[in-house]
Amino acid sequence: MAEPGIRIRLQQSGPIPLQAELGCAPGEILALVGPSGSGKTTILRAIAGLLRVRHGAIHCNGDCWFDDQRQIFTETRQRRVGYVFQNYALFPHLSALHNVMEAMLELPVAERERRARDVLARVRLAGLEDRVPAALSGGQQQRVAVARALAREPQVLLLDEPFSAVDRATRQRLYRELAELRRELAMPVILVTHDLDEAMMLADRMCVLHQGRTLQSGDPYAVMTRPDTVEVAQLVGLRNVFRAGVVAHDAERGVTIIEWRRHRLEARLQPDFKVGLQVTWAIPQGHIVLHRRDRPSRGERENPVSGVVTEYLALGENVALTVAVNGPGRPPLFMTVPAHTARRNGIVQGVEIGVSLLAEGIHLMPADESRTPAKPV
Amino acid sequence: MDWSALNLSLKLAACTVLILLPLGIWAGHALAAQQFRGKAWVEALLALPLVLPPTVLGYYLMVAMGGASPIGQFYESWIGRPLVFSFEGLLVASVIFNIPFAIQPMQRGFEAIAPEVRDAAACCGLTRWRTLWRIELPLAWPGILSAVVLTFAHTLGEFGVVLMVGGNIPGETKTIAIAIYDRVQAFDTAGAGLMSAVLLLISLVAIGAAYFTTSRTRTRRHG
Repeated sequence: MAEPGIRIRLQQSGPIPLQAELGCAPGEILALVGPSGSGKTTILRAIAGLLRVRHGAIHCNGDCWFDDQRQIFTETRQRRVGYVFQNYALFPHLSALHNVMEAMLELPVAERERRARDVLARVRLAGLEDRVPAALSGGQQQRVAVARALAREPQVLLLDEPFSAVDRATRQRLYRELAELRRELAMPVILVTHDLDEAMMLADRMCVLHQGRTLQSGDPYAVMTRPDTVEVAQLVGLRNVFRAGVVAHDAERGVTIIEWRRHRLEARLQPDFKVGLQVTWAIPQGHIVLHRRDRPSRGERENPVSGVVTEYLALGENVALTVAVNGPGRPPLFMTVPAHTARRNGIVQGVEIGVSLLAEGIHLMPADESRTPAKPV
Repeated sequence: MDWSALNLSLKLAACTVLILLPLGIWAGHALAAQQFRGKAWVEALLALPLVLPPTVLGYYLMVAMGGASPIGQFYESWIGRPLVFSFEGLLVASVIFNIPFAIQPMQRGFEAIAPEVRDAAACCGLTRWRTLWRIELPLAWPGILSAVVLTFAHTLGEFGVVLMVGGNIPGETKTIAIAIYDRVQAFDTAGAGLMSAVLLLISLVAIGAAYFTTSRTRTRRHG
């Protein structure tokens, strides 16, 4: 029986190294995230058949599009992919309507026009069918590109940083539109982005890539707060990464106790890490809670830790704080607080503050010194 | 005014364009879209007529097509008359001499198309022919038009190659450029002036029309 969705396995050592394995179910949005040059677009191009990878296989809804061992390689035009390019790649000499109609050549001419008008109306472009791309705004061009990609009733929809070429206000609107549109989409959708917030907002699952390797896949929130390795933690922007020793597990209370710089911290129960083991731990900034300075900690709060503010950086409505815990010279704690909270608590550079490290947010990872440039302690 | 010379020049220019148009589209497209070993040498070879003095090129063509060459002998045994000093010989020379004028603008025209546009066409399911016909040719149109006009105007004005390969046979190889030179040699400056003015006018109208058309296309496409 045909397996629904798309499964991809790609491997090559050059010219662009790849070692990727991923899958996406019908109706699911999978975000491929990673820094520039991590191979996101290369994977998308391989799925579309615009690039032939040395080894691997691509299966979509039971059809084999590529298998190097069986010497199968289906041409792009036969793959039925909807591809929204980063700069949309609209046909500049054709109207919005004809751009969409070009993707429907299998239909009779009359039917083609009716359907193209329908698809354009679906992306809110009714009335602009006769305009050429240059006469449309960036957001409208993106919608034509989406309409053209959907027009062929593709088996998979590929979106290559589709929001990068528009201004912020338009981007917010397009996010909402994609979120609405996706309810009607029954095919797997693979979204390439380097924006983690975008991936969090839109995707059901997220796959982190680095140098062509797929490192971790899963629920975006889980990947961003519970990375498998220090490498993933760094790629998803977790800055609070330290080393500690496992002291005990208390299954009854659901906690694992670790020792970090003379502090005993309670973490969410993670019994896979044996007592006595050196581990790396990380905490997202959202799980660090500032204590009110006018009401000193009575020690009853969760994992209380104090330190000196060594850097105070105002970023609009928020303030980024760097806090030296147990003296300078060791990797500091990074946290963000609303500007009004910082003001009310009289936080400036040099003051001592107390924070709670919420146990739920403390995530343990195997110690991996080779991938830890900052040598966290 | 030597009407037969003007007529011959127009005929030669039209035939050269007709031959080089499909050839230029094929070669320009291939050179723009494909990378292969020795591409730089192929491009250099195709550009050679640009830098060679017309008399040098004309000399080689005359030798290559002459009665002593295999090509010339084959042609003569097949058609029954020599290739050099005939309209057909002139046409072959004109086609070779105009290769860079035809291929280079077309190649630049195809190169100006963003690679993603071709990728998008493939993702839309378009065949290679449909992509060429519906997407690439309309987008490369300004380059193709430039090539046609340059080839046409350049053929009208060519002198050195024509003289070497075609000689000066009225109605057969005497083009308007040769006729002008003839008139000057015969001290008929009025006749030479009139023919020069006609040649100037034709060239100006052709190039002007090409510029007007391409600028309109550009305005329509880029808003």
